[in-house]
Amino acid sequence: MNPQTILIYDGTFDGFLSCVFMVYDQKLSDPIIRKHYQTNNQLFTIAEDIITQKNQARRVWNGFKLKTTSSEQRDFFKAFLSEIKGVENTLLNYMRTVFMKESNKNIDFSNKDILKISQVARMVGREKHRMEAFVRFQLTKDNIYVATVSPDFNVLPLIIDHFKDRYADQKWLIFDTTRKYGIFYDLDTPEIITFEDLKGINTKTIKDSYSDQEVNFQKLWNSYYKNVTITSRKNKKLHLQHLPKRYWKYLTEKNTI
Amino acid sequence: MSFDRTREKLSILADAAKYDVSCASSGGKRANQNKGLGNNTGMGICHSYTEDGRCVSLLKILLTNHCIYDCAYCVTRKSNDIKRAAFKIQEVVDLTINFYRRNYIEGLFLSSGIFKNADYTMERLVSVAKKLRLEENFNGYIHLKSIPGASDELMREAGLYADRLSVNIEIPTVSGLKLLAPDKKHEDFIKPMKKVKNEIIQYKAERKIIKSTPRYAPAGQSTQMIIGATGESDRDIMYSATYYYKKFDMRRVYYSGYVPVLADDRLPSLGTEVPMLRENRLYQTDWLLRFYGFSVNEILNESHKNLELDIDPKLSWALRNLHLFPIDINRADKRMIARVPGIGMQSVYKIEQARKFRNLDWSHLKAIGIALNRAQYFITCNSKDFYTKDLSAVALKNIVLKNSNSKYKKHFNQQLSLFS
Repeated sequence: MNPQTILIYDGTFDGFLSCVFMVYDQKLSDPIIRKHYQTNNQLFTIAEDIITQKNQARRVWNGFKLKTTSSEQRDFFKAFLSEIKGVENTLLNYMRTVFMKESNKNIDFSNKDILKISQVARMVGREKHRMEAFVRFQLTKDNIYVATVSPDFNVLPLIIDHFKDRYADQKWLIFDTTRKYGIFYDLDTPEIITFEDLKGINTKTIKDSYSDQEVNFQKLWNSYYKNVTITSRKNKKLHLQHLPKRYWKYLTEKNTI
Repeated sequence: MSFDRTREKLSILADAAKYDVSCASSGGKRANQNKGLGNNTGMGICHSYTEDGRCVSLLKILLTNHCIYDCAYCVTRKSNDIKRAAFKIQEVVDLTINFYRRNYIEGLFLSSGIFKNADYTMERLVSVAKKLRLEENFNGYIHLKSIPGASDELMREAGLYADRLSVNIEIPTVSGLKLLAPDKKHEDFIKPMKKVKNEIIQYKAERKIIKSTPRYAPAGQSTQMIIGATGESDRDIMYSATYYYKKFDMRRVYYSGYVPVLADDRLPSLGTEVPMLRENRLYQTDWLLRFYGFSVNEILNESHKNLELDIDPKLSWALRNLHLFPIDINRADKRMIARVPGIGMQSVYKIEQARKFRNLDWSHLKAIGIALNRAQYFITCNSKDFYTKDLSAVALKNIVLKNSNSKYKKHFNQQLSLFS
């Protein structure tokens, strides 16, 4: 039996596509693709580090684009952002199916990889939507609206356009405290940023630099929130279903000021 | 502004507005213009949820809760002894903008008690919207309440700044309205609806010729009915809902279970439970009518005046029409698949796509996500194993109920059905 090949990449989308390129280039039959920080605990394997190559990645992606609709491409990218362990291999299988088929507008939801990707993409889509909803900006002294989030999946790349289109006339920063990077919009173009201090920013550092009226508006919002509840209809289960507790820490209305 | 005073007003006027259930911020597209503030993509966003599980999407407030009317069902009615307050126009504008910038809301839903007269009230609502659009370059969502009896000129202006306009019919039957709101006339509600509908049609037509014609209420209009205040049947409710959908091109009709807030002989007494389950069944029916291709008389008619509470309306319909089933998932028409209990429109789409590749069996259907506990009795697929017993509707209903785990189960005692 030949030992199985493990392709290790840097965690970026281009890196993953470079792995796919390698699979085809070297005619690897049954490889495992994983991110560099995931540990390897399998015996009888050959590990190979893949260096991200933009031109290879682009070739793979262009090939994929020829055979798929834009919504399938979006789902593919979303599923990648889920960062679920092993998602790379589901995506690889899916890509192989796509490259084999004649171009066809129908989607085979009875194929388990395709169904899985569409389901994972839905999960990621939901998380993206939640971030669009649950981001709470706080205005700081230097006139930047700042928010911290810690989404289940790496959805920041998906929400840039939404916030750019909506808050075109204010400076804003959304920081992912789990993945330690953020998006900063300076009235021109949104950019991905990291901080020298690796921890970045947190609730406390923001609080220390509030603008004058920030607390007042937060108080107003909280009293609005309190008064729209109809007590005779209270439904805790439904409430938690819509607003799971893990999101509360960054919601103004769920914290006392 | 003085924050303490504003906070007090906000408490009073948000509290008074919360019985309006509409909180949709979807349906109207509006792009961000000239690098201004806000946009509306056509998809609503719920920014938070109240403890009763409802979506908080808009800043929903009354401009004032002073009112010259005395409608029995309304918490702000003239004779009710409550704290009254009124916002200044600029206060509402400031609140909206500052909440919006912090991503708390999608926009504003402004309603009002009637002070002085209809026109005076409507004029102030319109000027809030106008200020937001013209002075603040605000492109978020605005929902204004049309005040019954307001002049045509004001109604036209309202639609130019607002995304959605609504009048709440509140009481589904004319007789009920007479009983509970003796000062109001049914025609007063209908008039603004007609006006809005006609304006939308007219502006749309003009837009086809002159591109720069502004859009009139791009998110259309909606209305709301109170459920369980006057003893109306589900048939009465859904027939009037259908009437409003057809006659005035309503985007949405909302059903709001009556919350007893006042002691009045004409109304259910204080402490009566809010008919939430009934409300839920009405919404399910509404969805069947709008998305699943059902017509109202299939679900509610002379012999079925009320919806069954223990099962959903689609299952109820299927049990009354057992002769149409079972259907073959791999061959049946899309419209028929949509009528199978336990299959939603998402699954209909997936089945339709997937069956072009192979004949589907139970495992495929399960993976796609249909509710087999209900669907299995009504379909066949690529498997020899399917439900063959020829059961009566009552027997089948009992089997489904026994095998399902409805969150409403506690309301129904299986034992009792023997004697009913």
